[in-house]
Amino acid sequence: MNLWLILAGNSIAFGGLLFLLSAGFSLIFGLMRIPNLTHGSLFMLGAYFAVSLISWGLGFWPAAILAGLGVAAFGGLVERLLLRRLPGAELAQVLVTLGLSFMIADICLLGWGGDPISIATPSELRGASRIAGFAFPTYRLGLIVIAIVVAATLWGLVDKTRLGAMIRAGVDDPAIARVVGIRVSRLFTIVFSLGAGLAGFAGVIGGPILSVYPGLDQDMLPLALVVVILGGSGSLVGSFIGSFVVGFLYNFGQAMFPELAYVVLFLPMLVILVLRPQGLFGRVAA
Amino acid sequence: MTRRLTRRRMLGGAAGSVLTASLPMPAIAEAGPVKIGLLTIKTGPLASAGIQMEQGTVLFLKDREHTLAGRKAELVVADTGGNPAGAKTKAQELIERDKVDMIFGPLAAFELLAISDYVAGQKIPLLGLAAAEDMTQRRPNPYFVRASATSAQAMHPLADYAAKDLKYKTAITVSDDFAFGYEQMGGFQRVFEDAGGRVKAKLWPPLVTPDYTPYLAQIGAADAVVAGFAGANPLKFMQQYRAAGLTLPLLGGEGIADDSLLRTFGDESVGLISSGPYSAEFDSAANRKFVEGMVRETGNIPGIAAACLYINGMVAEAALKATSGSTDDKEAFIKAVRAVSLTDSPRGAFHFDHFGNVVGNIFIRRCERKGDRLVNTIVKTYPDGSQFWTYDEKWFLSQPVYSRDYPPLKR
Repeated sequence: MNLWLILAGNSIAFGGLLFLLSAGFSLIFGLMRIPNLTHGSLFMLGAYFAVSLISWGLGFWPAAILAGLGVAAFGGLVERLLLRRLPGAELAQVLVTLGLSFMIADICLLGWGGDPISIATPSELRGASRIAGFAFPTYRLGLIVIAIVVAATLWGLVDKTRLGAMIRAGVDDPAIARVVGIRVSRLFTIVFSLGAGLAGFAGVIGGPILSVYPGLDQDMLPLALVVVILGGSGSLVGSFIGSFVVGFLYNFGQAMFPELAYVVLFLPMLVILVLRPQGLFGRVAA
Repeated sequence: MTRRLTRRRMLGGAAGSVLTASLPMPAIAEAGPVKIGLLTIKTGPLASAGIQMEQGTVLFLKDREHTLAGRKAELVVADTGGNPAGAKTKAQELIERDKVDMIFGPLAAFELLAISDYVAGQKIPLLGLAAAEDMTQRRPNPYFVRASATSAQAMHPLADYAAKDLKYKTAITVSDDFAFGYEQMGGFQRVFEDAGGRVKAKLWPPLVTPDYTPYLAQIGAADAVVAGFAGANPLKFMQQYRAAGLTLPLLGGEGIADDSLLRTFGDESVGLISSGPYSAEFDSAANRKFVEGMVRETGNIPGIAAACLYINGMVAEAALKATSGSTDDKEAFIKAVRAVSLTDSPRGAFHFDHFGNVVGNIFIRRCERKGDRLVNTIVKTYPDGSQFWTYDEKWFLSQPVYSRDYPPLKR
């Protein structure tokens, strides 16, 4: 077994999962300037939705997509009913999203109980694949593929479509975007739903690795924050690269300096915050 | 998490101060109900075990029709929120406002350490579940009894079983990076190495580790892997362990394969050897009745949290019988609690040592598939398992408490 190869492969797979989680966070923060602290909860909510859907007889993949859509709808409601009323009020947004994350945690505990629940790995991706002589979990290879497909789709959406052009305009300068006739408020709902849906989908995709349990939300949120701060908010390329950087830091940090695993993870974030507050790829200067 | 505790502490503190300030309590009439306070956790990551603690206690009182030794019994449930400050506030509320005669719980070691001195000062018997070694060793509390086990109490026999019955020579440990993990792995290491084995490496993933693969990749050649995980982590660990293609036998303590969690486990845990002071499969009249009751009331097989709280109820009942139902003389009552010796409980016969820690069965179980469900089949029972294992008590206490680096690895 080659430790370093396994760690590298796993860094990429974990980075893929982090990308699914943080792409939405980055878009929401970039466009709407909302530090969405419910993002971890949306991840967990998606996983719990899938647990129920699967227990009603659905397959893993349909459940993942339906759970993603369900969380997207929930995100749209949150944006319409709550966040819309608090434009520009960052403290209020932080408090609302934080409070909401606690409420979601309690409601999940009520609905699904406190026991950890596993989501079975889809049968076609079970077991380990041998690549160049070492075993690597097949599911994680699948995860890398999913992350790349989602990244390409998002990139196509943002860079090649009219909607994407409007989102980019909104990220760069919301006031001017409004002036030229873009309905930025409707964009907000779309982007928030999209981000929430991605987080929910990521929760399901992460399920076979992480399982679902109370506290999953709080475990994942800091990772999303680190990715977005490293990569730069509002930048898909930034989240993509940031996710893999964090994936590598996380895996190699824990293997090489287990006592300092969190230092290795968070120190680069501090350095970036001090030296380049907009992140590696962020376009908006703070 | 921190924000939630602040809210609770504020509310609890405010309520407590209003009550103590404005309500001088009248003297309690003789032979009123005996009041049991339960410190448990109903929110957050530890809620699963905390809710079971309540279920076990409620079932016990229901089985006894809320009457213990001729006195009515009342239960006051307090949710600590799973943090030391909350535990302290709730313990004060239970003792000073609700005037409980004894407290069951708490669940977590850090909660226990936060309230131990206060509760002892109030002379209220504390029938605990938390496993912190020193509470019944180097920092004993005369008002504490523990019918469950210390962290290492079930790990000593597990190591003996691994070395002597399974003939393992080498092991690698992987455990949550906190006191419960250190004490479990330390206990395993001492007995395993005294029986001729060797622990080659000890790995400590942080409590919050979404992905164990960096640690799994460090597991080299050994006869077995000993895992010390609790809460939601065992399931996550075992799934990732199998997915990484690892095939070394897995051993673990009481947290790794709790009977109540088996319904959420899959085939990745078949073959897992675990050790603990309770097993739902243990065949005794008291245990059959308990398991049937729990399945009837909650629809699930009970685990150690529910069982030990049910047993705490039996201890309280036996002590009350010994004092003819009186709890007025606090010293006489705690003496009666510590003198309890039961022959038939859900964990079998047990008694307490002079530190108030249980001496009783330790079960070695193997996880097997029976039909459509998983069960922990008992493969060996170590009767009269003491917290000191077979070591001399004086020698044991002269050694440091098990920690991250003690016993040290042999090179």
